[in-house]
Amino acid sequence: MDHLTIAPIVVPLLAGTAMVLIGDQRRTLKAALGLASVLALLALALVLLRLADGADTEAVRVYRLGDWPSLFGIVLVLDRLAALMLLLTSILGLAALVFSLARWHRAGVHFHPLLQFQLMGLNGTFLTGDLFNLFVFFEVMLAASYGLVLHGSGTARVRAGLHYIVVNLAASLLFLIGVSMLYGVAGTLNMADLAKRIPTLAGEDRALLEAGAAILGVAFLVKAGMWPLGFWLPTTYAAASSPAAAILSILSKVGVYAVLRLWLLLFGGAAGASAGFGGAWLLLGGLLTIAFGSVAVLATQDLARLAGASVLVSSGTLLAAIGAGQVAVTGGALFYLASSVLAIAAFFLLIELVERGREVGADVLAVTREAFGEAEEEDLDEEEVGVAIPATMAILGMSFIGCALLLAGLPPLSGFLAKFAMLAPLLGPNGGSVPFISWALVAALVLSGLATVVAMTRTGINAFWASPERAVPRVGVVEIAPVLLLLALCLALTVQAGPVMRYMHATAGSLHAPQGYVQGVLSAPPSGSGEGSGR
Amino acid sequence: METIVALGIGVLTGSGVWLLLRPRTFQVIIGLSLLSYAVNLFIFSTGGLRTGAAPVLERGVAGDLAQQADPLPQALVLTAIVISFATTALFLVVLLASRGLTGTDHVDGRERER
Repeated sequence: MDHLTIAPIVVPLLAGTAMVLIGDQRRTLKAALGLASVLALLALALVLLRLADGADTEAVRVYRLGDWPSLFGIVLVLDRLAALMLLLTSILGLAALVFSLARWHRAGVHFHPLLQFQLMGLNGTFLTGDLFNLFVFFEVMLAASYGLVLHGSGTARVRAGLHYIVVNLAASLLFLIGVSMLYGVAGTLNMADLAKRIPTLAGEDRALLEAGAAILGVAFLVKAGMWPLGFWLPTTYAAASSPAAAILSILSKVGVYAVLRLWLLLFGGAAGASAGFGGAWLLLGGLLTIAFGSVAVLATQDLARLAGASVLVSSGTLLAAIGAGQVAVTGGALFYLASSVLAIAAFFLLIELVERGREVGADVLAVTREAFGEAEEEDLDEEEVGVAIPATMAILGMSFIGCALLLAGLPPLSGFLAKFAMLAPLLGPNGGSVPFISWALVAALVLSGLATVVAMTRTGINAFWASPERAVPRVGVVEIAPVLLLLALCLALTVQAGPVMRYMHATAGSLHAPQGYVQGVLSAPPSGSGEGSGR
Repeated sequence: METIVALGIGVLTGSGVWLLLRPRTFQVIIGLSLLSYAVNLFIFSTGGLRTGAAPVLERGVAGDLAQQADPLPQALVLTAIVISFATTALFLVVLLASRGLTGTDHVDGRERER
């Protein structure tokens, strides 16, 4: 029972290793293994979610590798936020894997093990309780994502992948500088211990620590794609194969997760003189990211880049909402995070189906196409999609409308509820004095929604109505099923908004009052079982 | 000793950043390597710079950071070296693939028009 917390890391690790040993010829076996692994992850995530949301509301589940005391050993910490992110990861993993079974997993070697290691890195990032392991799992996740971005090869992918790798390697170095500065000043890498020590620091140490934290923050914000650190993002995401891009849509949220976790833990209300350090930067950076993302959404003529720009808008929205520093807004932002991750992943998967059967670059200005690089034709047989579905265009069109509603935040789907949940507390129940910056955030949220509506409508008309010579694409059941699954989950978020929102607000509440987390980690009793669980 | 180490880190970082901003992929990879050396030295120095400090505890003597070297940055730097080595190797492969596919070693995959 105790070992359940580490299972989301061990399961994909074992599955991925086994796949490497199996070799590249036996794809069916690997696909079956991968499917078993992601289904197990999904089940685990659901169980862990229930545990994290259990009766004892402020408790965190702490897993200590090798049963060392928390301050000396490595700890994994499961709380509501971690459980939520685990669940989202496993859902995306399932969707991407099922989608890839139609043809993408044959487009290059090692798709399946890379996906497993990607999931392992993501799960580890969400579970880890100390900074250096956060770095290690970041690197696992990034190394796998380099492989996934390049999956399928081709000039456009290699070119975008090159930039992606350089940017992330440089960000990793910043990460290391930040972590070692924090260690040099505070003498600990355990996040909970760090949070406890920060209020007691002396003046000059505090300045050094804040500098270190800012450098660390830059590394996270590169990942999240905050303006002006996110120029690599749309190109990379647009160039990646669609199952890889679907997974990448949660990769950018890892940066948001790290900011959410560390900023609220280290610089929350209890941080003494450092309380709220950097909050204005998050808010301002988020607003600028929303603005940049909205312009990018309007300017782009290409579906894949439109999705990449939507990732920027969604990152900016989250960062700005977190930077606002109000519990209720953070709760709404978490709802938005779940909704937008699912919607963007569905959109990335849908794009490939819509683009199929169209003349490449039919509605794209020659200039844009030139700048982006000609899309590589995959050497894959169009007939190999398996059982095709009926009424293809109707289903694709409805899915597209669903994605558009979700991304723009229009009623009746969960995107609207998420934006409403952020806007309502910003404007405040007490009325009257709403600070200017809240108005700016409200305006940014509404205008970015408008920009998304305009862009999605325009591309939708181009894709579905205004291209007379298009052939109806052959779309396999296994390809449309993940898209419909993700959209159905968004629908479920809408219908079950009450309980989900309660969970999100409970999560935000414990993030903003991290004493429970700190106490839980530092005072975790020794398990005493002595079975040496450091696998 | 602090001055020498600080100067060394500074020179490595400066050269690394300059090379990172150059247009050739080979310069970029050398720049990344120099930067990672600088970062490794930096991590190492966060444990405090001392000569002649014992690396491990002696039997029967309580550990004290004023006497002993801090082992944690050494463990961190080891991990960081391994990871940066692996990712640099991976980047080298992508670099070669890019050279082969685009026929140029420019980071954008094509030469700038002059």
